[in-house]
Amino acid sequence: MTRNEIIAPENLVYHKPTLMNDNHMHYCPGCSHGVVHKLVAEVIEEMGLTDHAVGISPVGCSVFAYNYIDIDWQEAAHGRAPAIATAIKRLWPDRLVFTYQGDGDLACIGTAETIHALNRGENITIIFINNAIYGMTGGQMAPTTLLGQKTSTCPYGRQADLHGYPLKITEIAATLEGTCYVTRQSVQTVAAIRKAKAAIRKAFENSMNGRGSNLVEIVSTCSSGWKLTPVEANKWMTEHMFPFYPLGDLKDTTIE
Amino acid sequence: MSDNNQSILLMKGNEAIAHAAIRCGCDGYFGYPITPQSEILETLAAEKPWETTGMVVVQAESEVASINMIYGGGGAGKRVMTSSSSPGVALMQEGITYMAGAEIPALIVNVQRGGPGLGTIQPSQGDYFQATRGGGNGDYQVIVLAPASVQEMADFVDLAFELAFKYRNPAMILADGIIGQMMEKVVLPPFKPRRTEEEIRRECPWASIGRTPDRERNVITSLELNPSAMESRNLHLQEKYAQIRRDEVRFEETMTEDADYIIVAFGSAARIAAKAISICRANGIKVGLLRPITLFPFPTLRIQQLAEKVKGILCVEINAGQMVQDVRLASEGRCPVAHYGRMGGIVPTPDDIINALTNEFRG
Repeated sequence: MTRNEIIAPENLVYHKPTLMNDNHMHYCPGCSHGVVHKLVAEVIEEMGLTDHAVGISPVGCSVFAYNYIDIDWQEAAHGRAPAIATAIKRLWPDRLVFTYQGDGDLACIGTAETIHALNRGENITIIFINNAIYGMTGGQMAPTTLLGQKTSTCPYGRQADLHGYPLKITEIAATLEGTCYVTRQSVQTVAAIRKAKAAIRKAFENSMNGRGSNLVEIVSTCSSGWKLTPVEANKWMTEHMFPFYPLGDLKDTTIE
Repeated sequence: MSDNNQSILLMKGNEAIAHAAIRCGCDGYFGYPITPQSEILETLAAEKPWETTGMVVVQAESEVASINMIYGGGGAGKRVMTSSSSPGVALMQEGITYMAGAEIPALIVNVQRGGPGLGTIQPSQGDYFQATRGGGNGDYQVIVLAPASVQEMADFVDLAFELAFKYRNPAMILADGIIGQMMEKVVLPPFKPRRTEEEIRRECPWASIGRTPDRERNVITSLELNPSAMESRNLHLQEKYAQIRRDEVRFEETMTEDADYIIVAFGSAARIAAKAISICRANGIKVGLLRPITLFPFPTLRIQQLAEKVKGILCVEINAGQMVQDVRLASEGRCPVAHYGRMGGIVPTPDDIINALTNEFRG
């Protein structure tokens, strides 16, 4: 195959989503955020919603999500993204409104806003990055930190009697009447990435069709916080996170 | 209440706020119940404006959620409001400082009750500092309007929205349990339609509502990690507050021209002070009233002028002495300045005020 044949448009197998701009990402090597950002950008573009999308970024590593995806954004106070999304969606019902939040933001300081927005059945999507640690502030214990997992604020490992138990907020969300679609995905292999993209697409479609609230958890890596190489982090996530946070759909009311 | 009726009605201050909101093109109310202002949400729920003007009404899970809902709605260019009372407004301070930092217009109504803490459900003016000093973290100001009648409760809703959008800044109506609960005659403002998407896009080109091909993405945020950019942003805010201080001071004067003494009072305290002044005048004591309508910006210059020519200024507040600090700063020692106030839900009587004036300046 010649070079000209390779770059011929009909042979194009992949291109960077046009909604991803050229700003340098601040995410660490091996972090899941970059892949999930790309999926969000691809789905918005493929659904033709560039002019109708409003994202809510959290406090945490993805606070700067607005620097990378070329849509309108609002940056929330820590944990409050679902409240902001509630108002924007109620006031602009034909918009795609989604939040992008980490475990500390969504499952700790923002638990009330998360549960109540989901339970009201707001027609929004929450993308939930669960890497079981506070990345931005340097690796402290998160609500989803596993028992035995070491962080800077539980340096001898999380103990139930000292720190309580890891919170399965996605399981809680699946019990709420207002939720339409609740799923847990990951992005550590090509197959997983494809499934995660399909989940995000389904959640966004549900939001636009007024079917209720949607939660897409992505079990993610934090190689810096976990102090592992990217390859080791993927392995650790598969061996330790997946047994406690099993992948798959927890609730899907679109299936009759 | 759906027609453009300009007749005189009798209602509570809290109810007047709700009816005025529906009439002045408000797009959304987000709130959480707390005494003594729950009639605002209750009136809106009963009126069902979502069936008439299209105004959204949401009972939120907390004051923290309410304030962040209006942060979201204001960031999306809509005329949105919340209301609460003192302990609830304390919870909202996080959202208010984010709104000030991101330059988001919205209306917050505080129908004050006594504190500190859970305090009492009785009236107070104890949140003057919280309202006029920013209240949350960082260097910022909120535009603060102090109604002294049910009519002003109705009139200040639209005024607050106009000021909030003119300056891209949160605005607050600082009422109290007396004005919120008492019934008075009121003429509701004329109907004004909610703005269309085209009008919002034109008037709020910064709003985060979906990027059109003709512009870059909009980002509503108070975050900026580059120190020089963050200093510039702070300087811009300070310039804006200076302009508000220059152009938006509002106050009302009664019998100040020949006055030997001035009472400075806002809100319901000014209503009681007005009665005290008429009693003093009937007894030959020349007392005048200066009632600040905007607490930020404060009528500093006018108080300075009055301090030049009077024998004393008495600040009457339903608190331990908060606005008196601003009056002292304004008068800069030109005349004696004293404070009289009651707390705990006790409201001063006209006689209390006359006695305080006599003790301070005529003893």
